[in-house]
Amino acid sequence: MNTAELKRFCTAVRRDIINMTANAGSGHPGGSLSAVELMSAIFCTKMRINPKNPQDPGRDRFVLSKGHAAPCYYGVLAELGYFDKSAFESFRQLHGMLQGHPDMKKIPGVDASTGSLGQGVSIAAGMALAAKHQGQDVKVYTILGDGECQEGQVWEAFMAASHYKLDNLTVVVDNNGLQIDGSNDEVMSLGDLAAKLRAFGFQTVEVADGNDLEQVLAALDAPAAAGQPRAILAHTCKGKGVSYMENQVGWHGKAPNEEQRQQALQELEG
Amino acid sequence: MSEKATRAAYGEALAELGAVNSKVVALDADLAHATMTVTFKNAYPDRHFNAGIAEANMVGMAAGMATMGLVPFCSTFAMFGAGRAYEQVRNSVAYPHLNVKLAMSHAGVSVGEDGGSHQCVEDLALMRAIPGMTVICPADANETRRAVFAAAELDGPVYLRLARLASPVFEDEQPFTIGKANVLREGSDVAVFATGLMVSESLAAAKLLEAQGVSAAVINVHTIKPLDAECVAAYARKCGKVVTVEEHSVIGGLGDAVADALLGKVDCAFHKIGVQDRFGQSGKAKAVLEEYGLTAPQIAEGIRSVL
Repeated sequence: MNTAELKRFCTAVRRDIINMTANAGSGHPGGSLSAVELMSAIFCTKMRINPKNPQDPGRDRFVLSKGHAAPCYYGVLAELGYFDKSAFESFRQLHGMLQGHPDMKKIPGVDASTGSLGQGVSIAAGMALAAKHQGQDVKVYTILGDGECQEGQVWEAFMAASHYKLDNLTVVVDNNGLQIDGSNDEVMSLGDLAAKLRAFGFQTVEVADGNDLEQVLAALDAPAAAGQPRAILAHTCKGKGVSYMENQVGWHGKAPNEEQRQQALQELEG
Repeated sequence: MSEKATRAAYGEALAELGAVNSKVVALDADLAHATMTVTFKNAYPDRHFNAGIAEANMVGMAAGMATMGLVPFCSTFAMFGAGRAYEQVRNSVAYPHLNVKLAMSHAGVSVGEDGGSHQCVEDLALMRAIPGMTVICPADANETRRAVFAAAELDGPVYLRLARLASPVFEDEQPFTIGKANVLREGSDVAVFATGLMVSESLAAAKLLEAQGVSAAVINVHTIKPLDAECVAAYARKCGKVVTVEEHSVIGGLGDAVADALLGKVDCAFHKIGVQDRFGQSGKAKAVLEEYGLTAPQIAEGIRSVL
């Protein structure tokens, strides 16, 4: 997929996010929109996957540690053909396939059930460790939130990733700067995340604009260091692409109404 | 009667299992010499993964490893495996019904000297409440070996409750089927349902009662979940009086599981023996067990209270 096609893919995913959350009348558009370029670039340019065979044991794995960005995940999977977009109607509905947070038992293409923050990096590290143990050439990608880095388990997992030299693991931090109760700095300062990641033994690349595809692709393409896990600290914009949502903490966990949906979809034509 | 801790039997059984199942790996949280996964580590050093003192991450990594087709056995003390990492067990392992075995040692007050902070008397309650979790508490070393192999055969999460204290190895011929209780002693006056280390104590209590003319049936309920409700109801009906015995809080463990199976179905006298809504404390293991009313003579006395 070339960059122009990938840009169109991202726009389609953004529209999916708006439609899913608006249909459901709930969900997390802000942190879904911030992660669109990161997730789309990983799935469309890096991962060795086959949507027709989602359980292929040799496939690369993806763990959405910030599971509330499920609308972005579901949009990416549907655009890739893991399931039909008609499934969007089931998002957050009783007996629906698309649960509020990713459920690996229900959704083709979902490699881990997540949503309780702080647990995904451990699962991803376990996958990467198992792949190495079994001599499988499997790469594991995970996206976590910046606020999520307040969970202690994240740092336990970082320690283990470094200890076990998981150079098949890429951890991407969607650093949009906002969490439910306000900015990271108001709620619980994260300090110098890049320095912390380096101190925990990660080969760390910082992306100034994590919603700029060229920058994201360059970070993902950067040569990996043998024996070291890799971190991409991507500064993003919460609510990216929808003017009234951008950098607004209030859009963390609120769905657009019908009027707002139409406005968002108009802005996302293109 | 020889004595051996169920944790020691676990380490040996795991090493034995490792020889026939190459998918089995062990994870520990800096307690390998206490949980006895060190026995497995000595046999298969490249299949033993230490998570350090980080139980939440250990459980999460085990979940990830299970998605890759491995059969991870996770071990630490029950307090930390079922307690501290409860939500990781619940959400990372059990919610997607992953094939992770949680073999947690140092359960109950028989931990002894380490005291109440390390004596988990709530793990059965915590694990039993999780949908799809199988909960097993072996009675002795022989049964522990069979439980380890049975757990590996079952596709899904299993909690295995193990003890620190060396305890009598008393039965060798009993079959082991997950969810199927074993009647170790027939009786007609009272049905005693026991689990873990309390099975041998209950057998000893039944012998004491026999001398007093009381016929007590003793049933080894090695699987707390799924409970053998059929056997429980049958013996409750037969005897009309029921006593449960566990080295666990009387809230949420074997006693409540048996009560759930009987309530509204069988009319019988009922008495729970266990830790009476208290924390544990330091002391020699046997002295602590006595303090909490969990020795054979005290159990016999408890059984007499329903007669």
